[in-house]
Amino acid sequence: MSKFELNRRSLLKSSAAGLLGLSAAGLPRLASAAGLTAGIVYVGPRDDFGWNQAHAVAAAALKEVPGVTVVEEENVPETIAVQKSMESMINLDGAELIFATSFGYYKPFVLDLAAKYPDVQFRHAAPLWTDADPKNAGSYFGYLDQAHYIDGVAAGLSTTTNKLGFVAAKPIGTVLRNINSFLLGAKKVNPDATVQVIFTGEWSMPVREAEAANALVDAGCDVLTCHVDGPKVVIETAESRGIKCCGHNASQAPLAPKGFITGAEYKWATIYKMFANDLAEGKTLPNFTGGGFDVDFVQSTPYGAGASEAAIAAADAARADVKAGKPIFTGPINKQDGTPLLAAGASLDNYDPSLDQTDYLIEGVVGSIT
Amino acid sequence: MFEDSALATVLLAMFAGAIRVSTPFLFVSLGETLTEKSGRINLGLEGTLVFGAMSGYAISYHTGSPWLGVLVAGLCGSCFGALHGYLCKLPKVNDIAIGIALMLFGTGLAFFFGKAYIQPQAPRLPSISFGFWTDMPALRQALEINPLFLLGIVLAFVLWWGLKNTRWGLTVRTTGDSAPAALALGINVNQVRLLSTMVGGFFAGVGGSFLSLYYPGSWTEGLSSGQGLMAVALVIFARWNPLYCFLAALLFGAAGALGPALQSIGISRGYHFFNAAPYIMTLLIMIASTSPKRSLKGAPGELSITK
Repeated sequence: MSKFELNRRSLLKSSAAGLLGLSAAGLPRLASAAGLTAGIVYVGPRDDFGWNQAHAVAAAALKEVPGVTVVEEENVPETIAVQKSMESMINLDGAELIFATSFGYYKPFVLDLAAKYPDVQFRHAAPLWTDADPKNAGSYFGYLDQAHYIDGVAAGLSTTTNKLGFVAAKPIGTVLRNINSFLLGAKKVNPDATVQVIFTGEWSMPVREAEAANALVDAGCDVLTCHVDGPKVVIETAESRGIKCCGHNASQAPLAPKGFITGAEYKWATIYKMFANDLAEGKTLPNFTGGGFDVDFVQSTPYGAGASEAAIAAADAARADVKAGKPIFTGPINKQDGTPLLAAGASLDNYDPSLDQTDYLIEGVVGSIT
Repeated sequence: MFEDSALATVLLAMFAGAIRVSTPFLFVSLGETLTEKSGRINLGLEGTLVFGAMSGYAISYHTGSPWLGVLVAGLCGSCFGALHGYLCKLPKVNDIAIGIALMLFGTGLAFFFGKAYIQPQAPRLPSISFGFWTDMPALRQALEINPLFLLGIVLAFVLWWGLKNTRWGLTVRTTGDSAPAALALGINVNQVRLLSTMVGGFFAGVGGSFLSLYYPGSWTEGLSSGQGLMAVALVIFARWNPLYCFLAALLFGAAGALGPALQSIGISRGYHFFNAAPYIMTLLIMIASTSPKRSLKGAPGELSITK
């Protein structure tokens, strides 16, 4: 069935080739034989100060690699639209490597196309690939909680009220894990620190995010961070209330020239360049790639004016520890309801699979999941 | 003691939220009141609000003057109003359908032109500090009041008085209650409605500029999240009375602040429920105040929803 489907771009392409008798060199597919064409699809605007921007920064870095051409499309919804975008990147632009950067792109769109185009490599930015999926598809992911842990260390030394604020979107595993790691970082240097969480319930709801940030400041928090799609509003509100803040996803340093401490950022460029090099050398791409500081998949935003010397020193030391594999989750740690998570002396590896399933907040976090 | 201070925190947060969040609701609902008083419904104000937010931010960024941004946002709003007013004048055109079309058009156009303004930071509107007499930082912050909010209060009173006591107000009300009567009086019905929709659009545009230039204070595509539509519903809720519009806007602002405020003092169970407070409240008041036996009190007779 799908064989006979014509999309507009492939129709235009073949009719243009037929009518005008284009020389072979003019066709993108052949032009790209010398190098690699990579296609990147974003779910939102590339300049959202958040998730999409983190990918777009990496795309820009990938463009610098000699021989690599990058084609991009933004604001592609998680519907059949993404399949059309990816197909036209393959058929029209000759893309041999596709980065699908949003969670909902994977099933069924990436999987379907991977089966349809076995020569094209598909990589998706969430840990979803399993052995049952096509071998030319795969997942790549950064463990951002490691960077939130470093934020926590710096924040713990920057607070005077010992209350840190966290504006969170939805209580899902990744978000909860970031909150827990942020608190563990703060507690490492400041045992009295607590983290107060406000869930907005939506990935992007600027007015409520601003209200939540204001409520946290009014409750006495003097360092704010967040896990929402576009952290712009939270960071700007913190700055205008005269308190400090830590970023999320991409660099928000320019938004808070006075109070910015540091931020948790993805460094997708490492992965993108690695894949491009592997393909150039004719190697097979890994199906599952994930990591944190140790493999340079996440990074901390360069320190802003809000970072004190003590905070910088402690954060740098903590980063070196995490890079060396020292665990973030070291007992004793209790869950919020008082049940023990880790006994004294026990610890969880930073890539322990049980952390991917986080469905709890730890003791010291004020706020509830439900 | 703890209980007292927690309660005080929530009340203060709701008070502050009422002042911070209510302004866009207030402007959009005042504009819609005027439009509906003349006998038309403009559902497109959501699009006008978003476009006003974008254009205000863009102008403020390019000229460095946020007040010029507010003005341009208002003028853009009038253009949308004029388009609505003109299209609805054509025979057999439904004002609600046009409104929905303009809502999508305004939002889409704002996203299209707004692409370039997501990153840059534009100068914001200043606020006036009324909190100089207190040492409480939270109260001080709550009393940082934007001049547009004060302007909105004045506007509510002017509109209320003007609709009741001036010749223009009488003209608008006559047009809205009975077009044949207005025609018999020699009033140009279409022109009155066109102007009312334009002025209504101006207010909505100004409301939008408040969103991008003061609170939350930046242009993003998710900025409005339906506030323009809620403000239109708020007009019915306020019974087409500008003073009630003001109270309803305050109430909506306060209810919106309830969710985050409760979480900030540690009452965080069921935050989805508290976040939905404004909508639940609207529903309840609507149910409590309607009657199957009579049409809505104060409704203009020419409105297509009451006819």
